[in-house]
Amino acid sequence: MEVSDIIRPENQVFCKTKLMTDNALSYCPGCGHGTAHNLTMEVIDEMGISEDVIGVAPVGCSVLAYDFMNIDMTQAAHGRAPAVATAISRLWPEKYVFTYQGDGDLAAIGTAETIHACNRGENIVIIFVNNGIYGMTGGQMAPTTLAGMKSSTSPYGRDIETMGSPLKMTELIANLPGVYYVTRHAVHTHKHARKAKKAIQKAFENTRLGKGLSFIEIVSNCNSGWKMAPNESNIWMEENMFPYFPLGDIKVDGILKK
Amino acid sequence: MSELKLMKGNEALAEAAIRAGVDGYFGYPITPQTEIIEYLMAERPELRTGMVVLQAESEIAAINMVYGAASTGKKAMTSSSSPGISLKLEGISYLAGAELPAVIVNVVRGGPGLGTIQPSQADYFQSVKGGGHGDYKLYVLAPASVQEMADFVEDAFDIAFKYRAPALILSDGLIGQMMEKVVLKPQKPRMTNEELIEKSGDWAVTGKKGRERNIITSLDLQSEKMEARVRRLMKKYEQMEKEDLRFEKINCDDAEYLIVAYGSSARISQKAVELGRAKGIKVGLLRPITLFPYPKKALFDLADQVKGILSVELNAGQMVEDVRLSVEFKVPVEHFGRTGGIIHTPEEILEALEQKIIKNGSIRHHKTRESSIL
Repeated sequence: MEVSDIIRPENQVFCKTKLMTDNALSYCPGCGHGTAHNLTMEVIDEMGISEDVIGVAPVGCSVLAYDFMNIDMTQAAHGRAPAVATAISRLWPEKYVFTYQGDGDLAAIGTAETIHACNRGENIVIIFVNNGIYGMTGGQMAPTTLAGMKSSTSPYGRDIETMGSPLKMTELIANLPGVYYVTRHAVHTHKHARKAKKAIQKAFENTRLGKGLSFIEIVSNCNSGWKMAPNESNIWMEENMFPYFPLGDIKVDGILKK
Repeated sequence: MSELKLMKGNEALAEAAIRAGVDGYFGYPITPQTEIIEYLMAERPELRTGMVVLQAESEIAAINMVYGAASTGKKAMTSSSSPGISLKLEGISYLAGAELPAVIVNVVRGGPGLGTIQPSQADYFQSVKGGGHGDYKLYVLAPASVQEMADFVEDAFDIAFKYRAPALILSDGLIGQMMEKVVLKPQKPRMTNEELIEKSGDWAVTGKKGRERNIITSLDLQSEKMEARVRRLMKKYEQMEKEDLRFEKINCDDAEYLIVAYGSSARISQKAVELGRAKGIKVGLLRPITLFPYPKKALFDLADQVKGILSVELNAGQMVEDVRLSVEFKVPVEHFGRTGGIIHTPEEILEALEQKIIKNGSIRHHKTRESSIL
């Protein structure tokens, strides 16, 4: 039997996500963004909604998300993606609208837009990738940078006294009545990625049912910004990020988990 | 059906927006333009036309909502007053960079800082010289009546969609707050989604049904691509100058002296022209209706005819720079303005013309003669 007889579409178990373009990812090797992109596009493809979805890209590492996600997308000013998505969703209520944002974008400069879009209960999905650092600009302190964690703008470690505590945006917005679904995941192992995918699917289902705002935090690594090897950064994430940003559901079907 | 009504400028603009078939208005309260969002909320346009009206959490959120709506090809607008427009400038720069059609209204108050809530024209520079970051311009319409507050909404959207570029209606607290007769146009239906896709489907993000995906962005990391984008924008502005310049000449045919003024200053200057003519001074008025594009050629030509020009503004001297540039120093150009929310009277304007131009103009000519003797 020839190899070409084996490599046929009907025999293929895993393949490249159909809704990802062929453009080379701009993310550093080892970064979780690629997986988070893949999972989002897989869900949209499997739900058969690719022609009815409008994505909003942020400013930060994933500013070029529209280069990789093969769907209609608009690129928002820094932090303003929830405002941009609000208007799109209000004017196109039958569409699936989502934002894809990092922690600097969503939890620092865009805090107001995030809180108010959540509070209005916009019928959108927010995918929030939290790697505790500004990756794009080269590793500066983010609102989610852990206490004592070093970055280029906290070279001696984040000092809680002068720099404040890492912001738990996800817990904060979970308390708003307009928010329907809040959950925190990771994508560094197959097991975690499968769970994250299920959450993303639930979020887009919520949009379909007009349930309001779904918010998915993905705690991820930034091996370049953290100055670690990829695997080392994943271990560091498990040991340091997960205790402060614990994984799991925070609010399901509009009800806070105790 | 057209309708004759007595309305405030701000309310006329809001009503005109509903009647023009605008899809979305996103705003935030600030004096002296708050009547716009109040009127829209009270009118329930969602029942009249399906128009979405949303009070945003800030001016920044409002302009970014406009950006989102515009990126889907919808007719979207926002309004604010000076400090609020300062906050919107980043979003306005993004609209220009991403080549999106949108309308922004500035009912100007005095500044800088929190300034005053009284009328002003101190945002001229901000409006016509960019304001936000980067190489861009806004198409700027300056209404001088409540009628124009209403009419310019549709005009601004026509330009915004013709060029896929943001357009600004630069009003002020006087035009926004005063009441006048206004003829309101009949209701136009909003675009259906099918019509929208027919019109803007080649660029708008509406879900990639039956086509390749569309992307809205102002980012070009490759320098050559970014330069190409800037050149594309500059071509639009050149075309605006050729095709969409608007101005009005009043009593200019035999004028020996010229007043240049826009918006509320033009209204008051028109009276000053009448007073001047009654005194035997041959004075005319040039009213730029668009501040970009600017009537450079008209001014350049008039400079061959008049002995001097007075730029009348409610600011410390902004448009006067463009008047000087336009006439290339062929004749003396002076500025007269009041600030802080004080409105100049027609008598003050005429006096300024006599003092700064008619009297000084002769002194200058005298000096020239002196120097030629020496």
